Formats: sequence, C-alpha cells, structure tokens
Amino acid sequence: MTNKIQWEFPQALEDEAIYILRETAAQFERPAILFSGGKDSITIVRLAQKAFYPGKVPFPLLHVDTGHNFPETIQFRDWLVESLGLDLKVRYVQDSINQGKVQEETGKYASRNALQTVTLLDAIEELKFDACIGGARRDEEKARAKERIFSVRDEFGQWNAKMQRPELFDMLNGKIQMGENVRVFPISNWTELDVWNYIRREKLEIPSIYFSHERDIIERDGMYWPTSPFLNTTEEETPFRQKVRFRTVGDMTCTAAVISEADKLEDIISEILEAKISERGARIDDKRSEAAMEKRKQAGYF
Amino acid sequence: MVEHHNAPPLKKYNMEVLRITTSGSVDDGKSTLIGRLLYDTHSIPQDKMEALHAASKRKGLDFTDLSLLTDGLVAEREQGITIDVAHIYFSTPTRKYIIADTPGHIEYTRNMVTGASNAQVSLILIDARKGIVEQTYRHFFIACLLRIPYLVVCVNKMDLVEYSEARFNQIVEDFQQLIAKAPFKAPSIKYIPISSIYGENLATRSEKISWYSEESLLEYLEQITFDHADSSHPARFKVQSVIRPKTDAYHDFRGFAGKVVSGHFNVGDEIISLPSQQKSRIKTIEQFETQLTTAEARQSVVITLEDEIDTSRGSMLSRPENAPSLLKEIDAQVCWMDQTKLVPGKTYLLQHGVNRVKAKVQQIQHVIDVTSNTILEDRKEMGLNDIGKITLKTAHPIFADSYDANPANGAFILIDEMSNSTVAVGFVA
Ligand SMILES: Nc1nc2c(ncn2[C@@H]2O[C@H](COP(=O)(O)OP(=O)(O)OP(=O)(O)O)[C@@H](O)[C@H]2O)c(=O)[nH]1
Ligand SMILES: [Mg+2]
Repeated sequence: MTNKIQWEFPQALEDEAIYILRETAAQFERPAILFSGGKDSITIVRLAQKAFYPGKVPFPLLHVDTGHNFPETIQFRDWLVESLGLDLKVRYVQDSINQGKVQEETGKYASRNALQTVTLLDAIEELKFDACIGGARRDEEKARAKERIFSVRDEFGQWNAKMQRPELFDMLNGKIQMGENVRVFPISNWTELDVWNYIRREKLEIPSIYFSHERDIIERDGMYWPTSPFLNTTEEETPFRQKVRFRTVGDMTCTAAVISEADKLEDIISEILEAKISERGARIDDKRSEAAMEKRKQAGYF
Repeated sequence: MVEHHNAPPLKKYNMEVLRITTSGSVDDGKSTLIGRLLYDTHSIPQDKMEALHAASKRKGLDFTDLSLLTDGLVAEREQGITIDVAHIYFSTPTRKYIIADTPGHIEYTRNMVTGASNAQVSLILIDARKGIVEQTYRHFFIACLLRIPYLVVCVNKMDLVEYSEARFNQIVEDFQQLIAKAPFKAPSIKYIPISSIYGENLATRSEKISWYSEESLLEYLEQITFDHADSSHPARFKVQSVIRPKTDAYHDFRGFAGKVVSGHFNVGDEIISLPSQQKSRIKTIEQFETQLTTAEARQSVVITLEDEIDTSRGSMLSRPENAPSLLKEIDAQVCWMDQTKLVPGKTYLLQHGVNRVKAKVQQIQHVIDVTSNTILEDRKEMGLNDIGKITLKTAHPIFADSYDANPANGAFILIDEMSNSTVAVGFVA
C-alpha cells in the first residue's frame, strides 16, 4: 500500500498547529510546553519556533524527570535547549518520593509512570502554569481520541470526559477559573506517520534511540524490554544483545523496543508504513487495563 | 538572502485532508460504519484489533464489535452508545481522512455540532427499518445550518430489510420531501444503501445490493473536491498577535501573526485594518524563514505592512473594496449548547474568530421546532439543543460577514462569563 502521498506531510496540519500555539500564547498568562524529549514534543518545539519567528519561543519547557529516562533522551534534551536558547524547568519524581507524596511501585512491573502525575501537578501549581502544551495525538489511543484541543482540567488536574466544552470551528475558548488549567494539544490531528514525515521535511534532530542500535534486552509478555538498573527482572529473564530501536520514548521501564535495522528516517517511515502494530502497542503502561489511559487522564496525566 | 517561493498550488493544499462527520439517531450504526471502513481499508493495527476482539468477548459478544474502535470511554462501552466525539484517522492513496464519530443521542447534540463544525462531508445514517426519525430532521437541519457542502445519506442495516430496493427508494423519497422543506439551500446529496456491520457498499461496491450500480461510500468520498480558498470569498486575515522581536537583527520588525480566514492576499495588496480603518500595503508575507508571494485561506503566516498602522490582536485585515462591515447589532441563528438557559437581557462574551466583545441578548426572535420545521415565535427562553434566531448588541463592533455569504468569517461562539463555558454557537444572518 506504499505510495507517494504517504511520504508527504499535509501542510494544513502545520498551519493548524501554529494557529493553536499562537492562541495559547495570547489567551494564557503562563503557558508552558510539557517536554518529554520524544518525537512529539520535539515537533511541538519546532512548531513553537516557527509560530513566533523571528521572535523567541514564548514558552518555557517543563520536563518531569522520572529518573528512569533513557540517558540519550536527557542528553538530547539538554542539547536542544542549549542550541535553541530555550528556558528549561525540570522537576523530579524522586523529590516527590522523598517528600513522601508518592510511593515507589514494587515488583516485576514497577514503573514511575503513574507517579509522575503528582510531580507534574505540583510543578504546575508551583510554577503557576495556566496552560500546558502537550504533544498527545488523538490517533494514539482511544481515550485520547476524545480530547479537545483546549482541554480544561480542574484544580486537581482531572479530566471530565463527559463534560467537555464544545469546540466549534477554529474558535478556542481558554477562559478558566482560578486554579483550573488547560492542556493544549496542537498536534491532535496528526498521526504517527504525519509526525515522522514532518521530522523528515523539517530535517529535525531526534534522540539516537529512535534509530537502530545494539542493546541488551529481555523478552517478557511477547515484548522486548530494555534492561536497565530500573527494571526488575526475574531469574528466567536472561538479557541478550539485539539490534533494536524505539518507536515511542517513555521511561526505560515502560517502553518496549522493536527489532529493527532502520537507521535512517526513510527506513523508519517505511517501517511504520508496513507495521502491523500501533505505536502505543509498545507502551507497557497502556496495557495495564482496558481503560488505563482514561484513568490516568482523569487523574491529571496528559 | 531568503528565496522567494510561491505558495503551494491551491488545489493540492486544499485537497490533502478531507474532514467527515457522522450523524443519525442512536444505534443507527455510525460507530460501526467507521470501524468497518477502517477495517476494510486495513487501517486498524493488529494490537488494536486484538484489543477489540478481547473487549467484545468481555461484553459477551460472539463477534468483534467494530464500534468499540471509537467508543473508547468506559461509560460509552458500558452503555453501548457514543457520548463524546472521537476523531479517527485513515488515509488512502488519494488523501488523509479525519472522521468525527459523533453521538446520536439528543442529549449530546452539542458534541455532534462540535464534530460537524469543521467537516466538509456529513454522513447521515438512517436505519433502513425505521426510516426517517426525529434525529434525522435535527441532524439534517444542523448540516444545512452549518452549510456542510456534501451530505451522504447512508441507508444502513440493509441486511435487516433483505437488501430491499423498494425500501431504499421509499427512504430516498421521504428524504427528498424533507429537503424540499429545508430552510436553507440544501447541500449536494448522495444516497447509498449500506450495511455497516457487513461492510456492504463501504470500501467497495456491494455484490448483495446488485440493483444499486453507483459508487460505494469510499469511492464517492475519494472523488469529492472542494475549495476553501474559493476566490468568490473576500480576503480576510485575523490577527492573533504582533511579533516584535526587538533584537538587533530585527530591530524594526513588526509582523502580524495570524491566519487567513478566507480568500487570499498577495504581497503589494492594499489593505485596510479594522477596527482602526487605517490603510497600508502588504510588504511581506512570511512563513518562518520563507517569504511567500501569496497566502490563502487557512494558512498561518506573518504579514508585515509598509506603514505603521494601528493593528493588534483581534484586528482584521481585508481589502478596502470588500471589507466587512462593522456590526454592533447582530441577527443570528444560534444553537444553544448549555444546561443553563439563554435569557434575554443577559450579557455574554461573544467570540468571533479570536476577537472577544461583550454582547447582550436583546431578543429571542423565534425558536425553530426542527422536527416539524415550524417557527415558534412566542418563546421566552432557549434551552439545551434549541435552535433559534436572536438579536444581539455588542459593546464593540465585530467584523463578521453573513454566514451564508462567507462561512469562514460568519460564525461566533457565546461564552458565559460566570462559568466560562461555551454556551452557544451563532451564525450571522
Ligand atoms: N444488522 C445490522 N446491525 C448493525 C448495522 N450497523 C450497526 N449495527 C448494530 O447496531 C447497533 C448500534 O451500532 P453503533 O455503531 O453503536 O450505533 P451508533 O450510531 O454509533 O450509536 P450512537 O453513537 O450511540 O448514536 C450495534 O449493535 C451494531 O452492531 C448493520 O448494518 N446491520
Ligand atoms: Mg456511536
């Protein structure tokens, strides 16, 4: 089914995202970009750079550092911030653990994915952000398919799926009460393929783990997990070395690798065009239950 | 030096994405249709398909319920209905499609309007056994009100009426009577007999419905053309912000960041800025580091002008010969979308494009009973899902066109200043 159109980025999507970012800058006092170091947040940074050019990006970046990130992602983050002259704020899940606000999970499937919501909500309150721009896309997951562009969250960061504001034409209503805040999703209408085609068109740098590389992995539940000091393994799970890459970048404890030789963007795109599994199929955090994402979003996740 | 590029060719830019919305009553099969269309175009990844198998099994079904693809919320799966809009994506060699799966339940009509507001095509589903029902009237009315250019009447569940040609013809005839009474110019309409569950006439032509020799739904969608940058529409540019970098390299730079609402602008064009009514000429049109010679509807660009004129967020640039008029008294159709009722005399915030002004409801002229298409003149209030005509008075002028003449510049929303909710969408008469 590969054909030429699948290699083209629909320009209308960039125009829409830039419009949304400009509305965010204008309608809020302290908006910030939630930056994870993954391809979607890298795309958001690029869009912000283009939206306000030749002015500066009017948003700081907020990274919630779980302590379980891939080192390559952190390295990349610092390089990007440096080279574009951005303002980066980092808040640590470890601090929330030390403060006794959250407890480290235990066992084979322990991850800090759920814990980061608390750190995020604390950071939003501390830094007084009234809007947080995220790179979530509707095609990723069934609960995300229901999101508005401007998604209002209450004082506790909660998403109320049944009471969303109507969003008509391109008119965005970002008016909120004290304490509430808005999650903004400029690339709501992009698919995974659109993001890759955009990265290719814009010649963007991305963390090296998106490309094929050798790594120690274990096999568990039919997926390939990267070994790391943070992954609790059992005795039967013996690591082996394999050429892999990551299709999505979350924590080392909840992102599965795919076996791949793709070391160029073109190869990655070809791979996606032929892939039978969706992007979030490699997200271990979504597999916890049928409504895993919806539940996390209700709790304040983005 | 920056190179000069021409804007991408009109046709391609506008053709690359087609937005579709669905409508029809509860259980008419909208979600199933979308699920099946994605299935038949091989757009559902294996892991999502497996999740659908599993979820169907948990519900005790002995088949894979494809409506679960879009009904993603827990409450939706429990009740087997759609509550909020889901946006679903797939592409064919022709283009990218965005489909809004909207709820059929009357209580969630506002979500249906949300899904429909950006669509070029509306699919109206009708259960072949039931024919036209109350929601058909309502959704047809809304599609007309929104001026959605293409409407496809999908007569669904044909399998349950033995694929009867007579039944299909009867429904087509009934629908034509409905159109004859339409208060607005009816869109282009196509009728297709389908079975969502079995994929008949969705991606490919049905063999079971051999008496129908026209296109399948997807074949029909693939050949639709439309033109956002319709040259008959006047040039409008809404200013979102002023870019003043104040760096050494851009010391005197003053650019207007915004979006072309309709028509197009060229470098060198004379423009008038509203509300200041000052005139100037376009010096540059910029898209990041690229200098364009033209910008057309829906493009996000930065425009610089030859002169320093009074222009800021909320201003509108247009050409002097066909500038919009400054409206302070507005007659508009509105669709009410909130639990709290509309009361005459109350002040709301009116948002037209990115421009917000205070607006007072002077009068409810009438409410329309959309099922019988009758006008109720003596209504004192409007409630959730009511559609009617009102008169508004604004504190400052807005620069709108009538929705009929230029839809992209003719709609607004009303925001309740107490709750901050979007309580209505309006269409300037
Ligand atoms: N026999 C038959 N059943 C169908 C067909 N299409 C849908 N159904 C069934 O009709 C029921 C409702 O389908 P949905 O797709 O959920 O309906 P909907 O229009 O999305 O409903 P709401 O979103 O709640 O308005 C389900 O049980 C489907 O399996 C069809 O073509 N034939
Ligand atoms: Mg449905």
